[in-house]
Amino acid sequence: MDYQVAWYLIVGILLIGYAILDGFDLGVGILHLFSKTDHDRRIFLNSIGPVWDGNEVWLITAGGALFAAFPDVYATAFSGFYLPFQILLVALIFRAVALEFRSKEKMKWWRNTWDRAFAIASIIASLLFGIAIGNIVIGMKIGADKEFMGNFFSHLNGYSLLTGVFTVSLFMLHGAVYLMRKTEGELQNLVRKWAFRAFWIFIVFYFVVTAYTLYLKPQMVANFSFGMVQGDFDKHPLIIDNQYLISIVAWLVVILNFLAILNIHRNLVKKNELPAFISSALSIAALISLFALGIFPNLMISSIDPAYSLDIYNASSSLKTLKIMFFVALVGVPFVLSYTIAIYWVFRGKTKLGENSY
Amino acid sequence: MSLDVEILARFQFALTIMFHYIFPPFSIGTGLLLVIMESLYVRTKNPVYEKMTRFWIKIFAANFSIGVATGIVMEFEFGTNWATYSRYVGDIFGSPLAAEGIFAFFLESGFLAILLFGWDKVSPRVHLFATCMVALGSIMSGFWIVVANSWMQTPTAFHIVGEGLNARAEITDFWGMVFNPSTVIRFTHTIVGAFIQGSFLVISVSAYYLLKEKHYEIARRSMRISLIVAFVASAFQPVLGHIHAQEVAEYQPAKLAAFEGHYETQKQAPLYIIGGTDPETKSTYGIKVPGMLSFLVGDDFDHEVKGLNEFPRDEWPNVSLVFQTYHAMVALGMYFIGITAIGIILIYLKKLATKKWLLKIFVISVIFPVLANQFGWISAEAGRQPWIVYGLLKTSDALSKSVAAEEVLISIIMFMIVYILLFFVWIYILNKEIKHGPEEVDLDQETDYYHRKERLGFFTRKD
Repeated sequence: MDYQVAWYLIVGILLIGYAILDGFDLGVGILHLFSKTDHDRRIFLNSIGPVWDGNEVWLITAGGALFAAFPDVYATAFSGFYLPFQILLVALIFRAVALEFRSKEKMKWWRNTWDRAFAIASIIASLLFGIAIGNIVIGMKIGADKEFMGNFFSHLNGYSLLTGVFTVSLFMLHGAVYLMRKTEGELQNLVRKWAFRAFWIFIVFYFVVTAYTLYLKPQMVANFSFGMVQGDFDKHPLIIDNQYLISIVAWLVVILNFLAILNIHRNLVKKNELPAFISSALSIAALISLFALGIFPNLMISSIDPAYSLDIYNASSSLKTLKIMFFVALVGVPFVLSYTIAIYWVFRGKTKLGENSY
Repeated sequence: MSLDVEILARFQFALTIMFHYIFPPFSIGTGLLLVIMESLYVRTKNPVYEKMTRFWIKIFAANFSIGVATGIVMEFEFGTNWATYSRYVGDIFGSPLAAEGIFAFFLESGFLAILLFGWDKVSPRVHLFATCMVALGSIMSGFWIVVANSWMQTPTAFHIVGEGLNARAEITDFWGMVFNPSTVIRFTHTIVGAFIQGSFLVISVSAYYLLKEKHYEIARRSMRISLIVAFVASAFQPVLGHIHAQEVAEYQPAKLAAFEGHYETQKQAPLYIIGGTDPETKSTYGIKVPGMLSFLVGDDFDHEVKGLNEFPRDEWPNVSLVFQTYHAMVALGMYFIGITAIGIILIYLKKLATKKWLLKIFVISVIFPVLANQFGWISAEAGRQPWIVYGLLKTSDALSKSVAAEEVLISIIMFMIVYILLFFVWIYILNKEIKHGPEEVDLDQETDYYHRKERLGFFTRKD
């Protein structure tokens, strides 16, 4: 394994961390739209209150890591997704500000306005993440000079919109499962009802997206097809040398992912809060891992010519930078993990409103 | 109609960074004060210090959250608007940004949770530790971003690899990049500037309470702590500014010449106290101290200072803008030293609370460090032009090729609307928190009762 592969894994881990952690923040935001009373809404906001900021740092750090390790991807992706990305940033700004300020006034219109802003911003952000993933799967109009050649509307194709809505349903379920753990009594029953609904919506989209992906892009399984499917691009030597091992593990992940999804439902029925959340988190990790394995060693696929795709070699920084930053990550990550865990531990248990609450 | 992408992209960067930079110095400055206040609480167990800390944390949080929200934009703006720049220097420039995420942002945001919501969940010592970590995180964040910016000012430790479209800068020495010639001095200058801005916020609010004769105990102590910090920090700035000017003279002589509207290379170069400059006629006018620039730069009145005429006309920055912002910053810096010195003397004489005129000046003075920090950065950044990386890459060659002018314009309009809204919400909330003031009595019982009422409503609700 070389440093390029290691950095592909690191960026992947950061994105998985972001999706699991901010995924439930966004999900809580989406569900926020359905809650009726001020008390419920405050419980929702305060359930993510102490942690949302740290969760968003995973995205910022993933952006920084992408910049450091794969500057061409950073440049092509963010200039290519220009307007969607600007809208995403505005949505994230609104989420942060709505959360901080909605409870500062008692007026109904004030709180309702911020609540709506919070929910709509959460939906838009989730949708845009999904649209970005969808576009990467089907490929983008990337030219020989590594520049994106399409426009705003080339991002809004049927497949990407579908993955966008799928991501909304995924985060909605994840958020509901998280809220199960943070609420109690009557409110928990209400959240549980939502979780079941979100579950079935998610299941429908899960099958539709999986089927549509296999129909549109069967090459997505090339890397774990026991060598039976030839992709658009040359396979990485790591894949060729270990094709049986990788294929077996990947299909195990597919099966385990499906079991984890069923396990969410089982634990919702049995009201096992923590196992339900862990299953949901594992399912997100599995989905992103399979996506990453599917496009490996590419980071962005060109729909014009596979040779124009940005992969971990033609888009990476120099070996020296990759080595240095690998060491930086090695030193930094244990700290990050230890205080992240410590903070979740301090704020464990059911959310209660107090004088410092939002 | 053809819109110019370069002008729009530069305008957008200026808009988003200047708006963002209202907030981090408040966080860094008040962060330091929070550490001092809470340490006093943990040491003395005096509840006044606890109330004080709790109150200033609320103010801190309002600034911090907008700082974070507007900061996310900056992390990605190099990719959205300056893709060619990102490709060209990403090998070097990306590293400090990634390090900022790993070492600073996680620290800040993680411990912020304990700072805001952890009062009843951890011991006072652990809470103080969290406060220290948040303050440290905000300073480290400042460090890494100043490292990145300083490399753009004084690029070192790189070599150019490849040719034509594939050419890019690659790193040769990581620590050489981190500690490039301007990092240390610019970091110190920036952080001390942030200390001044944060202290002036506390001074302003405390002066307001003293004028209104409210929250006397907290206002008096807050005033004393923040005035001392502001004075020490302000008094340091000229020393740092002097070292900084020598560094700029050595590595960015065109910028230094623009600071002073200095066109002809000469010995005994003058320093302007106030004035103006016109690059068309190459003339600078105003009140000047003869020979002072030579002395400042070379510790010798006969030191020869390079003028702008040594550089091709198309490599000059906007001389008038750089001159004016630089001089405004220096003038404000002098004002900070004077006004804080008067404040400290009056505290020593125990007469501050009766000097209403000075308290009034203190109330409005919070605006000046904000301006000084903005002006300083404008002169630093505009002074680097037309280079995005000094001497290596021109700003006009650094744009995103796939982004159309209309797209930049749409996003500018969007950010303007959002930022204007944010600004007013921020002012409104600050105003409300300040009017409300620190807690005088323990409100625990009251809030419980309030929530119980809400809860009753919740139980009887049908859905």
